[in-house]
Amino acid sequence: MSKKMKSVYGDVKENYSFKIKLKSTILFIWFLILTIICLLPIYILIINATRSHTEIANGLSFIPGGNLGQNFKRVFTSPEYKIAYNALHGYKNSLFITCCSTFLTVFFSALTAYGIHVYDFKLKEISYSVILLVMMVPMQVTSAGFVSFMSDLKLTNTYWPLILPSIAAPAVVYFMRSYMKSSFPLDIVEAARIDGCGEFRTFLSIAIPMMKPAIAVQAIFAFIASWNNFYTPNMILISVDMKKKTLPMMVSALQSSDKFNDYGAIYLAIALSIIPIIIAYVLLSRFIIAGVALGGVKE
Amino acid sequence: MASGAQRRIKSISYAKYGYIFILPFFLVYFFFQLWPLINTFIVSFHGNGKNVEDWVGLQNYKDILFGGSRKVRVIHESFFTCLKNTVILWVGNFIPQLALSLSLAVWFTEAQLKIPGKGFFKVVMYLPNIITAASVAVLFLQLCGQSETNPGAVNLILYKLGIVKRGIIGKGLYSTVPLVEGVWQSRIVVMFIQTWMWFGNTMIMLMSGIQGINPSLFEAASIDGASSGQVFRKITLPLLTPIMAYTLITSMIGGLQMFDIPFLYTKTGNVKDHLKTMAVMIFQYFHAQANENKIGYAGAVSVMLFFITLALGLIAFYMTRDKDEIAKKKQRKKIAQQAKRESKQFGGISL
Repeated sequence: MSKKMKSVYGDVKENYSFKIKLKSTILFIWFLILTIICLLPIYILIINATRSHTEIANGLSFIPGGNLGQNFKRVFTSPEYKIAYNALHGYKNSLFITCCSTFLTVFFSALTAYGIHVYDFKLKEISYSVILLVMMVPMQVTSAGFVSFMSDLKLTNTYWPLILPSIAAPAVVYFMRSYMKSSFPLDIVEAARIDGCGEFRTFLSIAIPMMKPAIAVQAIFAFIASWNNFYTPNMILISVDMKKKTLPMMVSALQSSDKFNDYGAIYLAIALSIIPIIIAYVLLSRFIIAGVALGGVKE
Repeated sequence: MASGAQRRIKSISYAKYGYIFILPFFLVYFFFQLWPLINTFIVSFHGNGKNVEDWVGLQNYKDILFGGSRKVRVIHESFFTCLKNTVILWVGNFIPQLALSLSLAVWFTEAQLKIPGKGFFKVVMYLPNIITAASVAVLFLQLCGQSETNPGAVNLILYKLGIVKRGIIGKGLYSTVPLVEGVWQSRIVVMFIQTWMWFGNTMIMLMSGIQGINPSLFEAASIDGASSGQVFRKITLPLLTPIMAYTLITSMIGGLQMFDIPFLYTKTGNVKDHLKTMAVMIFQYFHAQANENKIGYAGAVSVMLFFITLALGLIAFYMTRDKDEIAKKKQRKKIAQQAKRESKQFGGISL
């Protein structure tokens, strides 16, 4: 290579890598800013949960205060919280409803997807098309009829209407069917049949273990969706005691400022409602992000 | 020669298991979703009251769409306000959200850029999406809440930045931005919350779309000396159109359901008129109130919402269906038809 060429190409190369470096640095700063925007509200929430009312009113702080114990006492013992907010009852109720409905969603969606995938029957294609079609119908549209039907059945103010409908989750069925198409060969079912395995047992002891990855992802999303659900419980549990309400319902009671006027206590109450799901997210974030990338479940 | 046993095995049909396996789904679906939907239609043709009222036909729809007497006009106006609010809140959240997530998705997938901690950024940006929307609404209500003595965290930040002044009215008092009470201010906060919650999700969806594009296209472009702007305009954007259209439609459907945040972003417990969305309106109408139950109107609004959603859903379905599969099916049909025609040509004798 001649000296001239070398110098020219060297320059270009240096210039190019400098450009990339500059762009990378600028983007890194931009990402940092976005990270701060994403985390700042949550950070302020947690810091303010440890500060007293007057401290919060007087200014912003980024270091925790020393009022956490006082706020805790207030959230769990003062009269205005006693009638509207109890984190422990909230956790218990939300966890119960969420666990039941997550189990039902995942199990019955796998069952339905398996039924459609493995067996040949007349209504196979039609039933799958129906599932695809109803995937998009939002809860809000059916809610007026749902509530009036539930109150006819005297099921309002019970947990049944919050748990049972999760058996029919079209989007999850769709996801499981796509997963089965790519990684569940029908030969296995044949082999199981030859070995004398019953149909239902084949599903339980062969299909479910093989579908574990799909089930795990869908279970996480079903859990989050049910845990965060505010709309359905709010319309079904119309006049129940505070002790039977779900966590989002309790948090929503904190909105009115004339009853709840100790800022530190309110921040702590909100923080208590958010922290469990953040911990779960930190532990499971890898699966969650992979799951969203797989096609995503949009509320 | 097939023995009797062999013949019997051949004739075993497993179809009934298919029906048994999908039965629970359809039973529950019928009971808890399809029947309520039908019930919504039925309710929308009946009068308004706590119990089932007389059949009124299309009167509810007429009232909502065209108004009428004074009492009805309130509902007519409220419907169009809610529709307007829904559109405003959706547009104001979707445009920044798409711009942000598209640019982020492109930068995250660009192979030449060496940015440390990409995985961490992704995790952080998705975080707001999994937090309970109700908690988020109440949290932002606290952060934005203002009174003259307690300006709230956002106003304090604005004060530090010099946007909010202190001591105009009295000593130590802030002249705050009305982030909860103001019409446009509160709308902007709601849009911000929606964007904040959803941009990470959209970003990851678009990223998986970009990763699905054949990487040799990007390689060829970079060998040909295309700038990153050209690559984006000529390769990424056109090939990403289907997934972007899908995102647009699902986001529109999601926007029509927007409920938690506008419903809870108020200090008095009454939803602000300028934040009322369609979902909030439906909820308020059917929710058991003392003497103002408007279940018929709730049904009628729901039915209209249903048809809008259905139209959007069909568009999304049409765009995301497997195009190769359909093309193959068409080809197969064509071949079959051709074969048929040919066999007719030769008098039914296949050659």
